[in-house]
Amino acid sequence: MSDNIILQTKGLGISFGGLHAVRDVDFVLRGGELRCLIGPNGAGKTTFFRLLSGQHTPTRGEIIYKGKPLGNLQPYQIARLGIGVKTQVPSLFEGLSVFENLELAANQTFSGLEAVSIVDETLERISLQDQRHTICQELAHGQRQWVELGQILASKPDVALLDEPAAGMTHDESLKTIEIIKEITAKSSVVVVEHDMDFIKLIGERVTVFDRGEVIADGTFKEIASNPQVREAYLGRKEAAVA
Amino acid sequence: MDFASILAIEILGSIAILVLISIGLAVVFGMMKVINMAHGEFIMLGGYVTIFGTTHAGLNIWFCILVLSPLIVGLVGLVLEWLVVRHLYGRMIDTMLATWGLSLAIVGLMTMLVGNTTTGISTPLPSVAIGKFSTSGHVFFLIALATFVIIALACLFKFTTFGLTARATTQDANMVANLGGNPRRIYAVTFGLGAALAGLGGGALAPIIGVIPTIGITYIAKAFITVISGGATVIAGNLAATSLFGTINQLFTYWYTPIIGEVALLVCAVILIRLLPQGITGRFFKGTI
Amino acid sequence: MKNPVLNISSLVGVIVLAFAIPYFVEAFTVLNFTVYIIMAILSLSLAFVWGMGGIMVLGHSAFFGLGAYAYAIAAVNFGPGWEAVTLSMLVPATFAALLGYFMFYGRISDIYVGVITLAVTLILFNLINSTSGPQYKIGSAPIGGYNGITAVPTLSWPNGNFIDINGMFYLSVGLLILSYLFIRYYLSTRYGKVTVAIRENERRAELLGYNVAQSKLITFSIGGAIAGLAGCMFANWGSFVGPTIFGLVQSAQIIIWVIVGGRGTLIGPILSCIAIQWMTTQLGMQQVVNVGFVLGIVLTIFVLLVPSGLAPLLAKIPNVVRSRLNGKPKEDVALGSPAEEGQT
Repeated sequence: MSDNIILQTKGLGISFGGLHAVRDVDFVLRGGELRCLIGPNGAGKTTFFRLLSGQHTPTRGEIIYKGKPLGNLQPYQIARLGIGVKTQVPSLFEGLSVFENLELAANQTFSGLEAVSIVDETLERISLQDQRHTICQELAHGQRQWVELGQILASKPDVALLDEPAAGMTHDESLKTIEIIKEITAKSSVVVVEHDMDFIKLIGERVTVFDRGEVIADGTFKEIASNPQVREAYLGRKEAAVA
Repeated sequence: MDFASILAIEILGSIAILVLISIGLAVVFGMMKVINMAHGEFIMLGGYVTIFGTTHAGLNIWFCILVLSPLIVGLVGLVLEWLVVRHLYGRMIDTMLATWGLSLAIVGLMTMLVGNTTTGISTPLPSVAIGKFSTSGHVFFLIALATFVIIALACLFKFTTFGLTARATTQDANMVANLGGNPRRIYAVTFGLGAALAGLGGGALAPIIGVIPTIGITYIAKAFITVISGGATVIAGNLAATSLFGTINQLFTYWYTPIIGEVALLVCAVILIRLLPQGITGRFFKGTI
Repeated sequence: MKNPVLNISSLVGVIVLAFAIPYFVEAFTVLNFTVYIIMAILSLSLAFVWGMGGIMVLGHSAFFGLGAYAYAIAAVNFGPGWEAVTLSMLVPATFAALLGYFMFYGRISDIYVGVITLAVTLILFNLINSTSGPQYKIGSAPIGGYNGITAVPTLSWPNGNFIDINGMFYLSVGLLILSYLFIRYYLSTRYGKVTVAIRENERRAELLGYNVAQSKLITFSIGGAIAGLAGCMFANWGSFVGPTIFGLVQSAQIIIWVIVGGRGTLIGPILSCIAIQWMTTQLGMQQVVNVGFVLGIVLTIFVLLVPSGLAPLLAKIPNVVRSRLNGKPKEDVALGSPAEEGQT
């Protein structure tokens, strides 16, 4: 085993009917790393995340986390091992307050007063101190995304999987989101899925490119942006995606 | 040998009864994803229409069973769809609760109108003897009627414009609306059709059961469970589930008592739902209607 | 109801009121009120399982009936003591745990949970109904089929004194308050908070590492135990149990109490249960309108027009009045989200 690998997939794949949504993905994430995952719509990024978090069972290959295969664990068991997920469409406890949403996340790792102080700290990080008692369904879209990122901050997982954390945000909100993501990286290894290239550029870390269920490229943003295969994957079907 | 034939006929009869009490619910559930808790009361109303049609109005019993019961109950269904069900499409649980309210209200209304007593009529068909055993002639009528209903529905869904539009609406109501269809009208007609089938079932069963305002409760659970176990595929699912449960019901009734027969049916269904949460057709017979 | 001073003072008010009632009304009325209170415990148990836990149980009367029968059979066998009361809660809780294991670990969807619980209560009804022969007995207790079990031995106070009509009323009120406080306490614990979280978003709870199936199982069993306690009190109240307590009509009533009171609140279903039963009794005295007819219409109308029930509406009245007095525009408070009062 090479040094400091926290999460690794070997030949990971899943098919629905005849469609190979993810095929033969070999992916390596090291401790403390922040990795971006990009690819056009339908490239299999979200399905890949669902495989990692146990929401789908792989049809081929395996996931190795901290040196051990995950096997067929339930999503909650995988979460308890320290893999946290922010889903693509914000998925919150809609009828509960911001505080309660974060408390439920913190309670999983911490207890009592420690949990409460972590929640307070998180509220500050995501700038929602004044909304602590607001019911989530009354929040603006960007704020809801932050609450979900806040749940990751509060539960401090070892690996955080963030699916489109800046979707639907204004430019200023995106900048704030990047700040939050960097905060998360201080405690966790992070994988960010995004199809907005500007956002990836702003993060400025190593990038892995998915297309049609496969990894087609891997490298720095510059390398990726000049990779002809990547340009073809994006420009071939979706003009102007690469700004 | 005689005994085997009688048992086979009784099993077929049991399946036919299940088909008649559940097919209307299956149509509504399969096409609209609505679980109509007032379905048992539609059956009860169908029974009353046939009984009052023959005893009070002096009409021909076959006319009452085959025309009047489905027609009147179908109309009741259309009215209730317009008043209640159409406001709740897409909210399965609320639809279930609201129709449960309708179920209680219809029972209460009929109790006020006809009293809490059992009425019945007798079948004009003579009993049929096979060797030294005999069985009610009405069972043959029920088997024939259930067969006819299944075939007619299959033709309706497969070969008519309504059937095609209805199946398309099940797949994607918005698409149908974009193509100029009217999903609301399709839903209303489908609900009315389900009610009419329940009315037909009630009318057909009236000669072999005592009808009482609360009789719907006897049927609702069985009808429910048959439909859910069958899965979303209306006809194939219904045939599969009714065949399985009808056989189990009749065998246990024969070995023990009718009550144990019912309990065996329900227990079997609960286990089946656990094993096949999508229903039988969720696993098998995919792509049929 | 978030203000603790208000909470305690309203609790004290309820207790004082409850203790005063028997001094002002006839024994017959006290008897009637006792059964209202017992049913309020039942209503509370479904308010917890369905309103708080989001588990739609259509056949909740199964647990009420199991509790009543467990008490009656145990009381005939071992005498009316703590064993019988314990069994009246343990039997339905265990049954709920088994059924819950079957449903929740099988990941059966909401709607099927409703249908399965409905089927289960009908199975129990059919089974009990068909046990009328002398050959059907548990220990020395004949089950009695559709006749039920008559002359069920009733509880005494711990000092051996007979529990009279007023005593029975006080005991029921006491148990209602205890059940309410227990549920409130449970919902404030780490585990209890997960109950509500699952109602709000099952998938999110799972991704945060909560074992959803286990949590639902616990919620379901606690609800079963409290419904069983109500059944035990009901068996004591009439010294009789019969199979109709498993019936669909009984199940429908519990659902009506919770819907009218408001899903997501605990006080609402308690109050609406008492009010609806009082109304039912009044209706029962006249012979014109059928009670089931009225209840059915009430259920349909509430689902259509007032789906969040009365409690959230009533909770808004003070706000509306205040805003009218202050001359604020109405929109601020008139139509908040129903979940806003989620913890009432």
